[in-house]
Amino acid sequence: MSIDFSKAMGQHADALRLRAERTKVLASNIANENTPGYQARDVDFAATLRQLGQDGDGLLADTDAGELQYRVPFHAAQDGNTVELGVEQAAFAQNAQDFSTSLTFLNMKLKGLAKAINGQ
Amino acid sequence: MSFRQISQIAGSAMAAQTTRLNTIASNLANAQSAAGSEDGAYRARKPVFAALPANAGQTGEQLAGSRVQVLDVVESDEPLRRVYEPENPLANERGEVFYPNVNPVAEMTDMLSASRAFETNVEVLGRIKGMQNALLRLGEGA
Repeated sequence: MSIDFSKAMGQHADALRLRAERTKVLASNIANENTPGYQARDVDFAATLRQLGQDGDGLLADTDAGELQYRVPFHAAQDGNTVELGVEQAAFAQNAQDFSTSLTFLNMKLKGLAKAINGQ
Repeated sequence: MSFRQISQIAGSAMAAQTTRLNTIASNLANAQSAAGSEDGAYRARKPVFAALPANAGQTGEQLAGSRVQVLDVVESDEPLRRVYEPENPLANERGEVFYPNVNPVAEMTDMLSASRAFETNVEVLGRIKGMQNALLRLGEGA
């Protein structure tokens, strides 16, 4: 029985990449807080991850663009900007925390593999 | 991983907010700069921001990340303050001087907004740094 590393990682590797991509989208929202007409966007995390799991190739390049959705603001601004800083900051902080969660899971997987390799 | 792009996005926002703070400082500094003619008077300056797709030029892709660019710095069209000051050496033949159309209260609130936005992006950069460092330590304890 051989160890397939990409399978051994489970979906945590995909989740980690998706978190990193989502960080980029949220950083854009925060950066464009004062840009007139800018519309805040976000990744549909669950749907994208499910799609990644089905594709099985773990490639994010062609899927990250398609899953972006526009955020519905609580209050519309006069200049057409839909960024609400509080919402974005909360999402960014949550996403950063989820990123380190995924990272922790990956680390635990690696530790388990190292144990298996060393035969402990 | 796209950390480089994220840093560029946050950096562009910081640069844009710096430009904004620059115009605010200029407006506030010149709020009392009188002039003898309407053409010579200082007018409040405002930067115009626009979103710049990070992957511009690539076909068939939606914009995943957007940087901020300062399109232009425009001068305000609002009327100048015309004041009767015959003793002012700059006064024209009717004894009037023109003061800039700077609204100090609006500039102050704009300044708060700009510095807060700048700080937010500094925070984003800090978080990115932490995430990247954590990623570099992946598998270290194994």
